[in-house]
Amino acid sequence: MSHPESFALLANGTSLPWTEVPEMAIADFVRATAAELDRGGRLCSWFGVPEGAAVRLVAVIAFDADNTLAVGRSLPVVGGYKALTATHSQAHLFEREVWEQHGLVPEGHPWLKPVRKNNSNGNAPAVGEFFRVDGREIHEVAVGPVHAGIIEPGHFRFQCAGEEVLHLEIALGYQHRGMEDALPGGPHRATMSQMETVSGDTTIGHATAYATVLETLAGTEAPLRAQWLRAIALELERLANHTGDIGALANDVAFLPTSSACGKIRGDFLNLTALVCGNRFGRGLVRPGGCRHDLDAERVARLTERLATALADVEQAANWFWDSASVRTRFENVGTVHASQAGEIGLVGPAARACGLVRDVRFDHPAGWHRFAQLPVAVWPGGDVFARARVRWLEIQRSGQFLKEQLAAPPEGGIRDELAPSAPDTLAVALVEGWRGEVCHVALTDATGHFRRYKITDPSFHNWTGLALALRGTAISDFPICNKSFNLSYCGFDL
Amino acid sequence: MFVLDSISHRLKRGCETMAYPKGPAPALPDRHGGALRVDAAKCANGCQDCVPVCPTEAITRSAGRPVALDLGRCIFCAACVDACPSEAITQTGDHRMAVRSRTDLILGDSTKEQVRLAVALDEKLRKLFGRSLRLRQVSAGGCNACEADTNVLGTIGWDLSRFGIQFVASPRHADGLLITGPVTKNMELALKKTWDAVPEPKIVIAVGACAIAGGPYVGHAQVNNGAEAVVPVDLYIPGCPPHPLTILDGLLRLLGRLEEKAIPPKA
Repeated sequence: MSHPESFALLANGTSLPWTEVPEMAIADFVRATAAELDRGGRLCSWFGVPEGAAVRLVAVIAFDADNTLAVGRSLPVVGGYKALTATHSQAHLFEREVWEQHGLVPEGHPWLKPVRKNNSNGNAPAVGEFFRVDGREIHEVAVGPVHAGIIEPGHFRFQCAGEEVLHLEIALGYQHRGMEDALPGGPHRATMSQMETVSGDTTIGHATAYATVLETLAGTEAPLRAQWLRAIALELERLANHTGDIGALANDVAFLPTSSACGKIRGDFLNLTALVCGNRFGRGLVRPGGCRHDLDAERVARLTERLATALADVEQAANWFWDSASVRTRFENVGTVHASQAGEIGLVGPAARACGLVRDVRFDHPAGWHRFAQLPVAVWPGGDVFARARVRWLEIQRSGQFLKEQLAAPPEGGIRDELAPSAPDTLAVALVEGWRGEVCHVALTDATGHFRRYKITDPSFHNWTGLALALRGTAISDFPICNKSFNLSYCGFDL
Repeated sequence: MFVLDSISHRLKRGCETMAYPKGPAPALPDRHGGALRVDAAKCANGCQDCVPVCPTEAITRSAGRPVALDLGRCIFCAACVDACPSEAITQTGDHRMAVRSRTDLILGDSTKEQVRLAVALDEKLRKLFGRSLRLRQVSAGGCNACEADTNVLGTIGWDLSRFGIQFVASPRHADGLLITGPVTKNMELALKKTWDAVPEPKIVIAVGACAIAGGPYVGHAQVNNGAEAVVPVDLYIPGCPPHPLTILDGLLRLLGRLEEKAIPPKA
């Protein structure tokens, strides 16, 4: 059991008065954060809060085995400080982000460059310096931002020796639409819709995190039945996306039976979400204080029946895939991320579980309905494309089982309460295990209860580095299957 | 698994492509609501109940004027439908809402209760594209949901290629662009370059509230409030995201491959 000394403890989906968040001089704060990470903590979020001309840094750390979160903050700082990244890689993108957003320089950061803003040369984030490998046999491959299919924009820069990738650097920011900049002073009229579109395929994940933040700031929680509805929608979201990913992986190794079947079955799962709320992505379901749509007995019965059909279909399609030696050999020992690397860079979600790490918010930091109904954590060792595909398949089975059990036993009661105004000068944290991994929302209110700062961390923010590492020593022709095996969000990263 | 197993699995599943458009269109989910209809004549004098509840400020009502709802900005949350005391704004359940002109999405005035559905391309372009349309998709700052439901059209259920419509990997191979997202400042240059690389004659299709008018991000300094700020748009397909059926309807309508039917009475 860890006992953080410098940080305040809190549970997922709870809040703390800002004055009770321990504050330290910046050097002590960085040292204390490093000590917590050394003790087994994981950096969920790290961000700046402007205060006059200075900035306070805030760290949210998860102790997964202890089911607790820890928060701390620095005293206001200007100029720079000694970078945490120098000793703890988990912080590398967070510190670049703080530098970009607030101009605070993490001194000694090994690779300090913008995260998503355009640079002075114009509107292309990728116009800038990239890490380069030199040598007569070395060549560089640049891909994007516009890609060859219907895919979000991003730029990939490979350093290759022949087929082998020595290094991949990923430059994002093309989807940057000012999500966080719009939030201070909120919630505004558009805030709920923006939260539903942080990453469109994770609508339920982000909307639930946002609603949970507002509920804890109001000193309450959503009615039980609304929590149940959110848990059901979250698993439907997972099923649709995991099924789509299995299909996409099959497509990239030219195994068309599973590819074409999963493309359709993914749509069947999306249509189940639409059965609940009208929208295939779950827009309009989750609202602060509860949910906007209920499931009557007849709709539960329809949902259960159609779910069983879709689950049977996906099982058949997945079995074709796993039974095929030619598919398995394409996935094994390709794009490997070792467990030690995964821990070091702070991978989350299926990508982390495919490295053997037991890490799942639903299990480690249960909030909402997951306090009453749990899913086993799906783990597979190996860290390769095969393991990431395998974890998805395990999760499809477990989500299916969870839904069958939950749909059979709905709790009674209403689905939405009026929310009281948010508490002033309070910090609230909500984590949700979206289908890609940990969705983290942190809100800090001002003296009037409006947002002073709102920090969103999509799982992709942690995991893009994982994809870059997976490519090292891998043939560049295997990039598509490596990329599909992570299937990360550009818009969730770019905000 | 042997090759014969794969073939027999496939045969057992049979043809899974829907009959539409030869057969009836698949039903929208019952809670979807479809396109909105605005009967401004029903609005009470001075009533503004729907105006402040709209998250994207798609509804305006200036003094002495009927209410105006911009279906291009609309994200179909139905908050206005719930707020309206006189049932002036209603859901039609109709999946069809693609238009050729931006102003055709502004509902409210009499004779403009519903969208004026898109007419087909002119004869010359129809001859060129009617049976073979190659599109380059540019994702420019949205949430990836419009992209996802455009991608769905390529799956076996919808089988977009049976209409001769395909998404291609190079703008040089394309007859036009299908754009999603509000066009962030960071994507502006990439979109312009892609547009320039498409040979003439070329068309642009804006899919979703973001690409039409900025969607939930309208007014943000980091975005352009839609594709129109950068390239001329020939077809607007509203939604957040549009249902695949709405996108398909728009594409087929543009190519003149749907028989015109009267707009069904409101639900």
